[in-house]
Amino acid sequence: MSATTHMPLLFSLHGVGQIYGAHRALGPLDLEIRAGEQLALIGPSGCGKSTLIRLLAGLVTPSEGTIRFHGKALSDLDMGPYRQNLGYVIQNGGLFPHLTAARNVTLMARQLGWSKARIQDRLVELARLVHLGEDRLAQYPADLSGGQRQRVSLMRALMLEPEVLLLDEPLGALDPMIRYQLQTDLRDIFQTLGLTVILVTHDLAEAAFLSKRIVLLREGQLVQDGGFKDLVDHPADPFVSAFVKAQRGVLAGGAL
Amino acid sequence: MMARLMIACAWLFLTAAAAPPKTDDRAVVIASKAFTESVIVSELARLSLREAGQQVVHRQALGGTRIVFGALKRGEIDAYPDYTGTLRFEIYAAAKATDPAALERLLAQNGIAMTNPLGFNNSYGLAMQADVAKAKNITRISDLVGRMDLRFGLSNEFLDRGDGWPALKAAYGLAQKADGLQHDLSYRGLADGRLEVIDVYTTDAEIAFYDLKVLEDDRGFFPAYEAVFLYRADLAQSHPQAVEALQSLAGRILAQHMRQMNKRVKIDRQPETAVAADFLSKETGQTVVGEGNAGLLGRIWQRSVEHMRLVALSLTMALVLAVPLAIVAFRKPHLGGAILGFVGILQTVPALALFVFMIPLLGIGAAPTIAALFLYSLLPIVRNGHAGLAGIPADLQESAQALGLPPMARLWRIELPLALPTLLAGIKTAAVINVGAATLGALIGAGGYGQPILTGIRLDDMGLILEGAVPAALLALLVTGLFDLVERWLTPRGLRL
Ligand SMILES: Nc1ncnc2c1ncn2[C@@H]1O[C@H](COP(=O)(O)OP(=O)(O)OP(=O)(O)O)[C@@H](O)[C@H]1O
Ligand SMILES: [Mg+2]
Repeated sequence: MSATTHMPLLFSLHGVGQIYGAHRALGPLDLEIRAGEQLALIGPSGCGKSTLIRLLAGLVTPSEGTIRFHGKALSDLDMGPYRQNLGYVIQNGGLFPHLTAARNVTLMARQLGWSKARIQDRLVELARLVHLGEDRLAQYPADLSGGQRQRVSLMRALMLEPEVLLLDEPLGALDPMIRYQLQTDLRDIFQTLGLTVILVTHDLAEAAFLSKRIVLLREGQLVQDGGFKDLVDHPADPFVSAFVKAQRGVLAGGAL
Repeated sequence: MMARLMIACAWLFLTAAAAPPKTDDRAVVIASKAFTESVIVSELARLSLREAGQQVVHRQALGGTRIVFGALKRGEIDAYPDYTGTLRFEIYAAAKATDPAALERLLAQNGIAMTNPLGFNNSYGLAMQADVAKAKNITRISDLVGRMDLRFGLSNEFLDRGDGWPALKAAYGLAQKADGLQHDLSYRGLADGRLEVIDVYTTDAEIAFYDLKVLEDDRGFFPAYEAVFLYRADLAQSHPQAVEALQSLAGRILAQHMRQMNKRVKIDRQPETAVAADFLSKETGQTVVGEGNAGLLGRIWQRSVEHMRLVALSLTMALVLAVPLAIVAFRKPHLGGAILGFVGILQTVPALALFVFMIPLLGIGAAPTIAALFLYSLLPIVRNGHAGLAGIPADLQESAQALGLPPMARLWRIELPLALPTLLAGIKTAAVINVGAATLGALIGAGGYGQPILTGIRLDDMGLILEGAVPAALLALLVTGLFDLVERWLTPRGLRL
């Protein structure tokens, strides 16, 4: 955390919670995220990771508490420009099947009236960044592989040069080889762009590889917030040790 | 892609608008009721007016008394033939008018005038085989008194009506027993010699065909159903020569003429126009040409234009309303239930009833037909449009929202294209239903393929029925094929399977 503590606060959450009917999906929790941080949200299925991402993206208004962005309450912000300042890749990519990869990526830029040349330049630049062959851009999503679709989703999220990138299990359904390749590419991209990233994953190794800060959630509650080493060496409670242990086999033979 | 949708809509609308209107404003409009005799008499009038140099159109077999009289009252038609008995016992039943002057006063209150009687009387009567009647020396109903050797076969309706057989028996003192049977069978019974006396309408075609003698109603028992032309009173000022031509028919069409003409149309299957033209030629000594049929292809073409105009206009209007309704139902779920419920209820109204409901609002002809078809087309389009929008996967809706697309752009660029295949299927369903339902338009004077079907049913002429039914079926197939093409052209490539 030390490298970014001097950076300004980007998000601050106070007592934020989300309740669906009688079911509490999240919180109440407090959380601060600084500009330039890369943060992984991790935890078992159903613990509220996607819910938290949706709240940050302004897609859902929290049932309680306030979310501030650059110190201003989200409820006071104009959602259009706010969302354009975020790149959001939803859990399954969410590419529009009726548009080619290129048109998916450039949808918002065209809506905003960017010039053809500017759009084209940005498209080429992004394809290079995410390692997508330019010939793939003319394809419809159905004709792309799972890995290529995720790369296109990432391009779409990055198109408008957002300040924040929200990734909900970007590598969820990919085979191990592609996943490995994409993890490496993602880390390079994060480093190249230096933007704030909030990333959801179930995979501790992936979390450790892609971000310095890991936030562990359980049943909507924040259980531990720290580096990978903190989780392994100073688990906040037995659940954290159990969670870490559950992934030990991979950790032992993999990154660690 | 959405641009293509616009092109498709514009094309649909232009075809509809480009079709020429049907009637000439300056022409006098004569109508007929939906049975052969009425059509023939109106053809006589049309040809007479035409010979007098008057522009005239004949809206054939427009409907029953209520529809045609209503149309005259509202000024949608200028004239049609009816019977004094119908005026007395149906139209003005409440007023209990007994003499012609009283009827004329009642008509005048509705802005309607009538000609002098045309000559024939189409009432109930009793009839016998002409040679049998002659042999037994019977010419009048009173001659039947005491003739217990004669067997009577009467239609069930006549037998049961209070003012039918029981009253007739009492009036003439007849003591015979009568068997009830179907009207068609009674003619055969006479011909076979199993019966001697039957009831008839006095201008039935069969009277001429079987050479029957209608017995004179010497005690004036049967109320008169004298044929007259009813016409708009203001026609006398606006088109005096038209009224003159109608009056010129008065007193000239006798019962035997009418029977003969009914026979030629119903039994010999000759066109009404030709039969009417022959009669006028004989009567006036001048050759009157029934302009014949435009030829099979010409007729089918004319009806196709009428039919497609009904379908295209109603479908375009339905699209213009139904698509926004589907969008509102999708975006505002609390309104959605009410909208889907309402268009659903419209669909439960039987098509025929819906057509007839439109008459008081929009009169007769194309307008009420288009309105009814329009209402009928709403449900499939709204329902499918809504289903298509509501069926967009939640993650795609979320993606569109998360990108920051404004609501209109979301609708136009994402939601409508994704819903399009389902929406188009709904439009196709609506169009096919519409092609079929439009045949009912002929019942209220809209023309189209329903016209020959109706006439065919009236004349029991399978050829005529097919002349309407076959093109209607082909048009439905064509519409299906056309929509398949449009669907393919409009469906975004990424959504094609
Ligand atoms: N719109 C909703 N209505 C009702 N309940 C919801 C809704 N969205 C999420 N939930 C519930 O909230 C809880 C948290 O869901 P969430 O999607 O945030 O979990 P998650 O951590 O992302 O799980 P996963 O790893 O499986 O994606 C779950 O119990 C879920 O069923
Ligand atoms: Mg999730």
